[in-house]
Amino acid sequence: MAKVKKIVKSITIDADKCNGCKACEVICSSWHATPRYSSNNPARSRIRIVRLPLKDIYLPVYAGEYTEAECTGRDKYIIDGKEYNECDFCRASCPSRALFHEPDSGLPLKCDMCEETPALEKPKCVEWCLAEALIYVEKEEEVEENEQPKLGDVEIGIGAMIDKYGLQQVLDTVARMAKP
Amino acid sequence: MRYGEIGFDLEVDLSRGSIDRVDTDPNDTKLYLGGLGTNAKIMWDRVPPETEPFSEDNLLIFSTGLLCGTAAPGCNRTIVTTISPQTKLVAYSMMGGFWAPELKYAGYDKLIIRGKSEDLVYLWISNDKVEIRDASHLKGMGATETSEAIRKELDDPDIQVAAIGLAGENRVFYASIEQGRSSASRGGIGAVMGDKGLKAVAVRGTKDINIADPAKYMELCNDVLKYIKWREDHPIKGVPPILQGLGSPQEMAIVDEEWHTTNFTWGNSRTRRKDFWTHEIEQKWKETQENVRTRLISCHNCPMKCGATISVPGLPTYMMKCYSKLTYTMAAYSDLDFGFKIAQKATEYGLDGFSAPQAMAFGLELLEAGILTKDDFPGMPDDNEGRFFWLIEKIVRREGIGDYLADGTYWAARRIGKGAEKYDHNTIKKHEQLPLKLGMLNPVYYLMYSTGEKINITQIEGQFPQEPFATRELREEFVKDWIQVPDEKFKKYYVDWEPRGEMSNPYYPTVEASCEIVDWMEKMHYIDDSLGMCAGLSSFPLKPPYHIHNYPDFITAATGIKMDKDELWQAATRTRTLMRALNVRRGMRRADDKPPEDHWRKRFPDLEKQLLDQYYKLKGFNDQGIPTKESLVQLELGYVAEEFEEKGIYVNG
Repeated sequence: MAKVKKIVKSITIDADKCNGCKACEVICSSWHATPRYSSNNPARSRIRIVRLPLKDIYLPVYAGEYTEAECTGRDKYIIDGKEYNECDFCRASCPSRALFHEPDSGLPLKCDMCEETPALEKPKCVEWCLAEALIYVEKEEEVEENEQPKLGDVEIGIGAMIDKYGLQQVLDTVARMAKP
Repeated sequence: MRYGEIGFDLEVDLSRGSIDRVDTDPNDTKLYLGGLGTNAKIMWDRVPPETEPFSEDNLLIFSTGLLCGTAAPGCNRTIVTTISPQTKLVAYSMMGGFWAPELKYAGYDKLIIRGKSEDLVYLWISNDKVEIRDASHLKGMGATETSEAIRKELDDPDIQVAAIGLAGENRVFYASIEQGRSSASRGGIGAVMGDKGLKAVAVRGTKDINIADPAKYMELCNDVLKYIKWREDHPIKGVPPILQGLGSPQEMAIVDEEWHTTNFTWGNSRTRRKDFWTHEIEQKWKETQENVRTRLISCHNCPMKCGATISVPGLPTYMMKCYSKLTYTMAAYSDLDFGFKIAQKATEYGLDGFSAPQAMAFGLELLEAGILTKDDFPGMPDDNEGRFFWLIEKIVRREGIGDYLADGTYWAARRIGKGAEKYDHNTIKKHEQLPLKLGMLNPVYYLMYSTGEKINITQIEGQFPQEPFATRELREEFVKDWIQVPDEKFKKYYVDWEPRGEMSNPYYPTVEASCEIVDWMEKMHYIDDSLGMCAGLSSFPLKPPYHIHNYPDFITAATGIKMDKDELWQAATRTRTLMRALNVRRGMRRADDKPPEDHWRKRFPDLEKQLLDQYYKLKGFNDQGIPTKESLVQLELGYVAEEFEEKGIYVNG
């Protein structure tokens, strides 16, 4: 299969610089509100800070893929004398925790790097982090052509509903709700 | 739907054990904004003047500000209002941190506590679910310890907790309410919380705050953020390091303490040590601070780093901000290492960092003077530091002499008698002040000290420089980009102000100009306290990002309430006047509006009288400092005038 060049976007997290202000959570939830900026609620943010001030743990994590099953990871990491859970570093929206789920519906949240047209210079959380704990990185990578199309928010959401309730119940519900 | 604010308060009666969600009147938002403004209205309506601080009828209001929890950077203050056990007037202490935004995300603008619980309880607010829970297992625990215990018990590290320590439980008149890196310390509000049998309030919220004009609001927020960044790169030259930037004074970042240690007073606000700061001290203190400071930390949605995590070897970790690292240090004539150690205890016990060290130094002065004797301090060690550690334990438990000192210097002096009264020399309206004694009267500061309803200078001052720059050229340079002034005349007042000669203190700024300057500074604080904005980004530092010209747009875009500069000025005037009216109704008069007698060596009784007269006139108060009927009616506070007339307050003075 042919290889094509593609821009891969990521955020490098300099956790030593984070001071736990949650500006990233605030601006993320505002940006993703509909209409844009019309509400603010860090519980809807796609970036969250694992914040344990007395243990000096400040770890921004941004939401990755939705997963239907929880994993077996229960390991502990000790770094510079501070104990982290394996989960603290994990970006998955998974059933074992409330993180990266819409607070009302429980639907998964995923970071989309604030994609829009025209493109932003950098994601909003990076722009609002004056502490420079979040660093936006664009890398050019060669990937296989015919990559699966990227899923949008709605598809991810419906996928999660199907996992939870089964395809038939979701179809029935949509059909019922679509009736005038 | 309401915008910016939620439109619901949470009412909890601890006597009856009832919990209610109550909708609020949008018209009150227009008139009083929110935060302190609407707290004042509630205090007026529901706390009659005869209410004792420690009674079931006293309310303890935890309020968010109108813009708290929105995207506006730095808008995170909790405004706590109650009747102070120390001043017997209205106290409105505030704290930053994360608590207020969390309450708003939980779906409430305010938490209003009334009544008293027989047993120690804590409140758990999780969105619509609110519980009064047993706190007997938390009794006697430190404030930080309590917060951690509650987070563990409820199994969520994101819960925000406001708690009292032993000082609050034992109703020490200067007990604070602690909340992680922040505290609401002044006025003894922690004692009221303790009296209500309320150990802590834990909050978690996952709901939305809605914005009326999202695009416009975000544009304003982005402008502020850009300006903060610019201002970080452009510190004000020619002022001490702690006054150059934004935020509250950067005590955790900065180690150069020449200004505080040589200008502020040591002991019971007595001695100025002009030669204290040396190279050796600087090196030693730098080492001390850098050794214990783990990280500089922020409040909710604020890029400033005014706080720090402090880990003194052998002691539990705690968080600190601003000036408390020096208040114990200087009261005990000790050093910074001691300051960090005793502040750890004070934070867990929940004590105000201004009043507590002064009360201790005051007690030791009375011992030296022979008014108290060794028998009053049984078992107290001989060294300075040891004596302070001994006293703090006695005070928070109200044991022996500690029971006297726990009421603060004013009440302790009167209870001890034997001439102790004259050692209570640094209070205003029975409340301990910054340890500062100066030479020449400053007319602007005279007014702020005398008349401020907060009874705390740092919550009144700001904006206008504390001193004139040395030359006219420098002053002209300073005013060039001074966009924050409400009127161009303030630039002239500053440019014309000289360090010496005819155009200097105490006769310049003139009486009129002084009153106008105070009016401006005070107004900005009232606006901040109603919006929930940190003074560190608005009313306190020089050339801040928020000011009278952009605030109206913030309010309109957030709430949809049409607001221009004049209307906002009027709303702030209304709240300022209502706060005065609350205290007037509780008996405060002109005779109470005065600074500590020895604050300045050079005093000017005639000038001071003129200043106070003119200030009252500008504020619409009569010569007793009582808001006149005309000014009240004009401010839509006619109900206040009616009650004043009914109670004969105008007639009897």
